[in-house]
Amino acid sequence: MTQIQKPHLVVVGNGMAGCRAVEEILARDPDRYRITIFGAEPRVNYNRIMLSPLLAGDKSFDDIVINDLAWYADNAIDLVSGDPVVAIDRKIQTVTARSGRTESYDRLLLATGSDPFIIPCPGHDLQGVVTFRDMDDVGAMLRAAASEDDVPRSAVVIGGGLLGLEAAHGLSLRGMTVTVLHLMPTLMERQLDEAAGWLLKNALEARGQTILTGADTAEIYGQGKVEGVRLKDGRDIPALLVVMAVGIRPNVKLARDAGLAIGRGIHVDDHMVTSDANILAVGECVEHNGNVYGLVAPLWDMCRSLADALVATPSGYTGSVTSTKLKVSGIDVFSAGDFSGGEGCEDIVMRDASRGVYKRVVVKNDRVIGAVLYGDTQDGNWYFDLLKRQQDVAEIRDALIFGQAFASGGAASANPNGAVAALADDAEICGCNGVSKGKVVAAICGGAETLDAVRACTKASASCGSCTGLVEGLLAITMGDDYAGERAAPTVCKCTSFTHEDVRRLILERELKAIPQVMQALHWTTPDGCSSCRPALNYYLLCAWPGEFVDDNQSRFVNERMHANIQKDGTYSVVPRMWGGVTNPKELRAIADVAEKYEARMVKVTGGQRLDIFGISKEDLPAVWADLNAAGMVSGHAYAKALRTVKTCVGSEWCRFGTQDSTGLGIKTEQMTWGSFMPHKFKIAVSGCPRNCAEATIKDFGVICVDSGYELSIGGNGGIKLRGTDFLCKVTTEQEALDYCAAFIQLYREEARYLDRTAPWVERVGLEYIKQRIVDDATGREALRARFLYSQSFMQDDPWAKRAAGEEYKLHQHLAEIRPTPTPSRPVMELA
Amino acid sequence: MMEPQWLDIGPVDQLPALGARTLPVRGGQEIAIFHTANGEVYALANACPHKAGPLSQGIVHDTTVTCPLHNWRISLVTGQALGEDKGCVPVIPVKIDGGRILIGRAEALAGVA
Ligand code: SRM
Ligand SMILES: Cc1cc2nc3c(=O)[nH]c(=O)nc-3n(C[C@H](O)[C@H](O)[C@H](O)COP(=O)(O)OP(=O)(O)OC[C@H]3O[C@@H](n4cnc5c(N)ncnc54)[C@H](O)[C@@H]3O)c2cc1C
Ligand code: SF4
Ligand code: FES
Repeated sequence: MTQIQKPHLVVVGNGMAGCRAVEEILARDPDRYRITIFGAEPRVNYNRIMLSPLLAGDKSFDDIVINDLAWYADNAIDLVSGDPVVAIDRKIQTVTARSGRTESYDRLLLATGSDPFIIPCPGHDLQGVVTFRDMDDVGAMLRAAASEDDVPRSAVVIGGGLLGLEAAHGLSLRGMTVTVLHLMPTLMERQLDEAAGWLLKNALEARGQTILTGADTAEIYGQGKVEGVRLKDGRDIPALLVVMAVGIRPNVKLARDAGLAIGRGIHVDDHMVTSDANILAVGECVEHNGNVYGLVAPLWDMCRSLADALVATPSGYTGSVTSTKLKVSGIDVFSAGDFSGGEGCEDIVMRDASRGVYKRVVVKNDRVIGAVLYGDTQDGNWYFDLLKRQQDVAEIRDALIFGQAFASGGAASANPNGAVAALADDAEICGCNGVSKGKVVAAICGGAETLDAVRACTKASASCGSCTGLVEGLLAITMGDDYAGERAAPTVCKCTSFTHEDVRRLILERELKAIPQVMQALHWTTPDGCSSCRPALNYYLLCAWPGEFVDDNQSRFVNERMHANIQKDGTYSVVPRMWGGVTNPKELRAIADVAEKYEARMVKVTGGQRLDIFGISKEDLPAVWADLNAAGMVSGHAYAKALRTVKTCVGSEWCRFGTQDSTGLGIKTEQMTWGSFMPHKFKIAVSGCPRNCAEATIKDFGVICVDSGYELSIGGNGGIKLRGTDFLCKVTTEQEALDYCAAFIQLYREEARYLDRTAPWVERVGLEYIKQRIVDDATGREALRARFLYSQSFMQDDPWAKRAAGEEYKLHQHLAEIRPTPTPSRPVMELA
Repeated sequence: MMEPQWLDIGPVDQLPALGARTLPVRGGQEIAIFHTANGEVYALANACPHKAGPLSQGIVHDTTVTCPLHNWRISLVTGQALGEDKGCVPVIPVKIDGGRILIGRAEALAGVA
């Protein structure tokens, strides 16, 4: 009889938070409540996060049960499983389940968790489309993995977040061919920065998964059941299973129907009480202080506060800081806190390419506010602890990134070389070549007094270069004031200690093929570079891997990204190519029509022998290009670090002094070289005689026709600093002139620093060097020319045509428009 | 009647990665909506404090945009010019909810008669 008089606590949700709350209450006072738990799932409470290892085959269901039936019995808990609660009547304090079973409550606890979000694309309801939330989902996945009617069995996972990647991992261990589609450019972008996301992508790809980032699902197709997924860009991936793991939404339906206060989740106060004093809520379904959570750590905190308030001394929940680890065996990823950077934040980045490690700790006002670790997550908990405790790290700031062992060892010191000085003689300096500190010091004492000399005799820092700083430190310590420092050649930018030449060499040697990969391998000190190094790396990769490297448009300056020249008022100018400066009525008519149709404010003859249409808005650019394309005109690249114009004079066709067909050669040259990206812009001219009306002697490559052939000269510049060309050589045929031109351009493309025009480059390397490579070494010249033409085979498609066809439309259209109405009650929105 | 405090201006997936798009405000100042490598979204008036260059067209790196006209670096978080340069552009508050971009109504309509 006493049993019945206990107040009745009814729990809706037999999941992680609901049961944990009950455990916390029982731990404080086992006799306070009579307890009934309703669960929608037809089973006991299990550890949801272990569904991933379960899917991967590392665990069985029994392994992941948290509370077995005996627990419910021992604690006299009435478990109603497989019977979801469908209504709450707050007035008479009852809940009703789907079966019709009704229970009255004194206290009601909502722990309904979250619902997986389903993209409402066509086909989302086909058989074979599953989410990843509970045992039933795992069951469906395992059945698909074991199915025999489709070999190879392939699955598509939509969503490259924590859940999606764990699902993909499990399915691929179960023998399926897995493709992950992720809308964002970076995997797990909410937990990882670009660099770590990239490493992760590589590691997963190395395990045989296909990862498509920037992939936008258009539809799931199939007759009755899934047959594949089509992307908005037209790509088609056959699959018999589609896992949607694109996010979760707090499950608030019951609470909303009952009229409780709801935001993104069920509103609760610091004691987990909802807007109805008799109803409490915990777990993923709640919103506390504006936050909703999708991880278990906050649940533990919430359940503790709930139990304290209900049966002990109220403690009050103050919110949780979370950290994430990916549960994919062999891949260590950790992230915590805020690493978006911003004002007053300082990034400390460490990359150790040989071990595949990336670490980034974000510090603000001497406190750790975020951390991302890849490859070595040993210190994750330590950083997380510093973060949660808001500990002042000023003292250990310099050594922070090396981890707890090092930082606590007191190695931090005012002298930047202190840490190296403190190392023992047998400590390893260069991991790649196994060189100890003692060996380096001995080499320096033996006369190797520069970095290069040390590299030459010990190989220290000669491979990946990450220990360059340590070697320089040893030079400074050992030689004292005699050590003058290094590096006459400038580094690419402040993000790295490597020079342009180093970077270019290493890209080739180590086959680096993407910007984040270069940044990782070469120990960039910033997470995603800066506006100096991104365009440079983009170019170096483009040049190194023609046809293979996918251009990173967002690493290009505005003009190259927009394929037009930005003007001071934010409009653009458009310059179509006019081969060799020659045009015709059709082209002129098209230009005139465009100028009128799009209300161009000026059409001007440029100094490069073509027409420039001014004052076009970014929205109109694709239409302008379509019109110009229709008249056969392509981009003039007046905006690009690329071949600009080939200026010509009329030559032997018309001019009484002309010796060769300079116009024709100019056109052929332009047709061979257009579209080629280079370290800087590149201009060519061909004059028909030494009167040189095409000003060939102030161009990057100039040709002066003479009776007996063609005089080639290089390295001229008519810009900021006037420089006449240097004479390269004389050739006798047009073809030779073209061949030398191609070879010279390729040498410049392969060896100059980004943003070097040919003039400063030729001055730096010397005319003799160029002559040796282009004139004396015939085999080398032919190889250069061949590489140029190979690269051109990928470059000569008109970028305007692609844009006119809709590529990168986001760059040209407004996101939306706001039109406030005169009585500003509701602004009118228009979506682009 | 209470004005809605936030304006929904569209789905986040309509922003290019590491780039920006524009949001004209009739009778007001055009807004640039930026997307960082980490997938965060920021909004600034689309006019550089130097000579009103369209910041939406700059290179985005970390939480900074480099102006396309003369390379001033502007913080996406505070709107302040960074480094040697001095100046500030209005910041419009942004939040993401359910994959949609919401911007502060009052700030977006600042200056509209
Ligand atoms: C349109 C044009 C002026 C004109 O109305 O004639 C022009 C316009 C610009 N020039 Fe030029 N240059 C133009 C011919 C020249 C020439 C003459 C030539 O090519 O024969 C030169 C000197 C020759 C040379 O380059 O050696 C020239 C030397 C420069 C320089 C200095 C380059 C140097 O190395 O010193 C710059 C600045 C730069 O590139 O960094 C520059 C930069 C510019 C920029 C791109 C400034 C900018 O970054 O926004 C201007 C873009 C305007 C636009 O939106 O179109 N422009 N510029 C000419 C376009 C030619 C074409 O059809 O593509
Ligand atoms: C595959 C996977 C891996 C994960 N990995 C991690 C991880 O590594 N680290 C981490 O911190 N977190 C992880 N999570 C998240 C973690 O599992 C959740 O944060 C946690 O389970 C939330 O607990 P909850 O009680 O709020 O919701 P749940 O555990 O989902 O419990 C809610 C329960 O309520 C039931 N329910 C809903 N409505 C009703 C109703 N009307 N009547 C009766 N019952 C109802 C549901 O069926 C469900 O059983 C993972 C999640 C998944 C799915
Ligand atoms: S000379 Fe100067 S002002 Fe004239 S177009 Fe060239 S860059 Fe612009
Ligand atoms: S207008 Fe932005 S830097 Fe000049």
